[in-house]
Amino acid sequence: MTVELTEVAGTGSGTPSRGSGRFDAIVVGAGHNGLVAAAYLARAGLDVVVLESSPEIGGATRSEEAFPGFRFSVFSYLVSLLRPEVIHELDLVRHGLFLVPTASTLNPLPGGDCLFREADPQRTYRHVARHSRRDAEALFEYKLEMRRMGHLMYRLQRAAPDELAAAIGDRVAESAERLDVEVSAEVADIARYFLDLPAAQLRSFVQMLTMSSADFLGQWFESDVLKAALSSSSIIGSMLSPRTPGSAYVLLHHYMGEIDGIYREWGFQKGGTGAVAATIARAAQSHGAEIRTQSPVARVLARDGRAAGVVLANGDEVRAGVVMSSAAPQISLGRLLDPEDVPGGAGAGLVERAARWQSGGCAGKVNLAISGLPRFECMPEPGPHLSGGITIAPGLDYVDRAYDDAKYGGFSERPFIDMIIPSVLDPDMAPPGKHVLSCFVQYAPYELAAGPWDDARREAFGDAVVRVLAEYAPGIEDQILHRQVLVPPDIEAIAGIPGGNIFHGELRLSQLFLLRPDPAAAAFRTPLPGYYLCGSSTQFGGGISGGPARLAALRALDDLRTAATAAGGAAEMP
Amino acid sequence: MRRRAPQGTQAVQRALALLRSFTPETPEHRLSKLAAAHGLHPSTAHRLLGVLEAEGLIGRSPDSQAYRWLPRPAGAGAGPSIHHNGLRPLEPLRTPFHRRTAALCESNAWRDWSGYACVETYEPTPEREYWAVRNAAGLIDVSPLFKYEITGADAERLLDRLMTRDFSKSRTGRVMYTSWCNEEGHLLQDGNVQRLAGERFLVSAAEPCLRWFEDCGWSMDVEVRDVSEEVGVLALQGPRSRAVAEAATTGVDFGAMRYFDLATGEVGSGTGGAPVTVSRTGYTGDLGYEFWVAAEHAEALWDALVEAGQDHGLLPAGLLALDMVRVEAGLVLIDVDYVSASHAEIEVLKVTPAEAGLAFTVKLDKQADFVGRRALELERDRGPAWAMVGLEVDWFELERLWSEIDLRPQVVGQPASREPTPVFAPGGWQVGQCTTRFFSPLLKKYIGLATVHADAAALGTELDVEVAVGYGRRRARAQVVRRPFFNPLRKTMVDPMPGVDG
Repeated sequence: MTVELTEVAGTGSGTPSRGSGRFDAIVVGAGHNGLVAAAYLARAGLDVVVLESSPEIGGATRSEEAFPGFRFSVFSYLVSLLRPEVIHELDLVRHGLFLVPTASTLNPLPGGDCLFREADPQRTYRHVARHSRRDAEALFEYKLEMRRMGHLMYRLQRAAPDELAAAIGDRVAESAERLDVEVSAEVADIARYFLDLPAAQLRSFVQMLTMSSADFLGQWFESDVLKAALSSSSIIGSMLSPRTPGSAYVLLHHYMGEIDGIYREWGFQKGGTGAVAATIARAAQSHGAEIRTQSPVARVLARDGRAAGVVLANGDEVRAGVVMSSAAPQISLGRLLDPEDVPGGAGAGLVERAARWQSGGCAGKVNLAISGLPRFECMPEPGPHLSGGITIAPGLDYVDRAYDDAKYGGFSERPFIDMIIPSVLDPDMAPPGKHVLSCFVQYAPYELAAGPWDDARREAFGDAVVRVLAEYAPGIEDQILHRQVLVPPDIEAIAGIPGGNIFHGELRLSQLFLLRPDPAAAAFRTPLPGYYLCGSSTQFGGGISGGPARLAALRALDDLRTAATAAGGAAEMP
Repeated sequence: MRRRAPQGTQAVQRALALLRSFTPETPEHRLSKLAAAHGLHPSTAHRLLGVLEAEGLIGRSPDSQAYRWLPRPAGAGAGPSIHHNGLRPLEPLRTPFHRRTAALCESNAWRDWSGYACVETYEPTPEREYWAVRNAAGLIDVSPLFKYEITGADAERLLDRLMTRDFSKSRTGRVMYTSWCNEEGHLLQDGNVQRLAGERFLVSAAEPCLRWFEDCGWSMDVEVRDVSEEVGVLALQGPRSRAVAEAATTGVDFGAMRYFDLATGEVGSGTGGAPVTVSRTGYTGDLGYEFWVAAEHAEALWDALVEAGQDHGLLPAGLLALDMVRVEAGLVLIDVDYVSASHAEIEVLKVTPAEAGLAFTVKLDKQADFVGRRALELERDRGPAWAMVGLEVDWFELERLWSEIDLRPQVVGQPASREPTPVFAPGGWQVGQCTTRFFSPLLKKYIGLATVHADAAALGTELDVEVAVGYGRRRARAQVVRRPFFNPLRKTMVDPMPGVDG
């Protein structure tokens, strides 16, 4: 069951659109979130068009046959945060969702040692006990606490942040009216849950919002090896060291991921992550949504103080009463929206704040086509460890030093690498006997102090990655058939994310909840009525989750219903 | 007709022929007889057998007088590596008795216990092993227990702080069964504590707890050492266990040993055997002893007990049989009948010792402050919310249910079920859950352990339990009865003699 991306691009109007059109709703961007938003809007009966600037859908959720026979998940590589409600409400399994679990994590260490964590807790206990018996015991309780925290986040992130704040405020200071938000029973329930948390869990939650992951993990564990291994999730996609305050939140963000109710499970989509986008696109199309690629949007069109459509780069106008952008705030609020269109002068400051949005890219991707399985010095033979995650993070100092390089404008000479071997999980990804190796690499800053990311620097970065890999899997340098090196400017160019930040903006307390991505646009609504945000830069944040888009679409539909009721007309909305 | 061997391969052929004479059925051979049987000079046979032994293909009997068959290492000759034969940083965990238990495990039914492969049943069904424990003697490898040695001037103080029992009353040479809790009075684990000397204890526990013990003893002059992998443990249980134990060891006065006494002796009938610690404890509710031995002497201990047991109907028993007898004994099992507070994901799963049926281990009148004391004092005042009870479904009720599908009761021969099922007030709402149950062929009743609301726990209370009747699920009327379900005199009597229980 290989999912071909081109099928989808082909069945939508893959050709650039000429001439105007009239729809109920326009979604800007055909990444996974844009597609989820389109699917929800179309499912509710709206006439929806998705406008994508690049020739292919998927955004950062994209696969390609970069070399004949070798399929790469170009950027994102694993699925965990994809919301179960999105999977079930959009019937994604019927449309091609096929997640193969990655059950283990291997951290190779210098000298042929390693830390291996498996699905079986007894075995994991023994692996960790080799480094510290105390930590092996603490790991049980740590995971329990993190599952509780993940569950808390899951509940908090199910609600639009303004509703949530109102509900919590209602309980705390009876201030719901001030926020002018109607609180649903479900959100009130979440607020109650949050406020009734046992003290120990509230403490953990506050710690996770503010502490560095190294300090947070240091409260639990003594072994540097385990702390480094667990801290990996706290830096993924973030220009943070495990020792930067706030990095513990990123750890928590990844614990919110689940598969079928089990937190902290990761899965590999058969065919690569591009197949996730294709799946969602099919779901959207099954409800009648139209997807137009090569249709870059220049700006949002406003009439009478409301969004009225968009103007394409070629000057064509596409009309709709609802416009929803899945792009990062620098685009959605900084480029597409003319502050003068915002009624009541409320648009002032949006552009400036969008420019201050912290979203520098920090990660590169090195995709390798290899002639055979890598032989890790710690476990040279083929085994279950090759179907899990493999992370080069042998110590906190190692990761911190990798960060130091980037702090001063260089890429990490000895980088942190988070690997999977997709072809072990899905034999369709490479020719028989050959393999693809997906390396997510940090740190690679968007701007290098030495000058622009040219081919020579890109290759030097790729060489650094291969050098480190060869320390742990000797001989891998001779197995490489093809190499694809992507750095933040490539992510920006291909996926259209400014700065190439995979989360559309750092996941830090200063950019979460009511501040994500802007105090005036935190609840999916922007100050321009009818214009919404639905991307990773909104509540729920990054990752292949579909969470922001679902909430945004539901909010827009709610607004339409309210308007229809207010107009007194027969409700157009189903 | 055999082909004549080419030059230089004769030694290989002879060695292989020698190797083939070691089988599970004929495991031991003495040098002289084996040499004669193969037409070899004893010195040639000795040389060849020496190579086979050095290569780990055969072993020696405990007294070193004979060569002995060894089970083939797993994976040998298993064909090309596919997936799981890759080198891993972990060797498979083996209890120190593994070579012995593996050689006897005809069923190949293994169960993971704390990462160790343990025999579920040696024979395809556990019946004979179960009856051996109740009627003769069973030998059970319980080495996967976690074992912590606690030493130092403050060893007693630490235990008194950790444990709900009063350790100021513990005496050298005695074992105490106890609970330990977190500061909220929620049960973490239950286990036995041996007092080996004034300043030396050994705690056995089902789950790892080194960190908890160390942290609770933070300021004390005490050392906690994990000796789990250094000590092998065999449980010898059943009415004939005293006779077997006496024949297999030297230096222990079994006639004088009281229930929960501890003694030391040596393995074998003469002096000079491996040192062994014996406790009159077990998880079967029967007369029995547990033998604690350094891993390197484990096989000698096994062999001595098996040899001594031959005249007494001893059988090695697997975990399925153990699970059956421990229900009859009314003994709770962590992670089956209760969830440790350190593993409970939500609050409602946590229980106090009293709620897990272990109120008798909580000594609120003891001098020392212990972890969880304040919460347990509050509980004493308001009463526990839950209770662990024994439930019994009688034969006529079983007959009534099965007659609905025109069958005699189909209940015998099934191992104890660990799948929790609901318990109801008669014809009414759920009041708890039944966590372990099985039909006891000894008692001829369907028995189970259940956690129910405290007000449904009085002896004689009628409750409904769910039982599988064919494909259907029926409610069977059960009664709350006294635990243990089975409690023979021999379990606790001093100087136990065969036949005391009739």
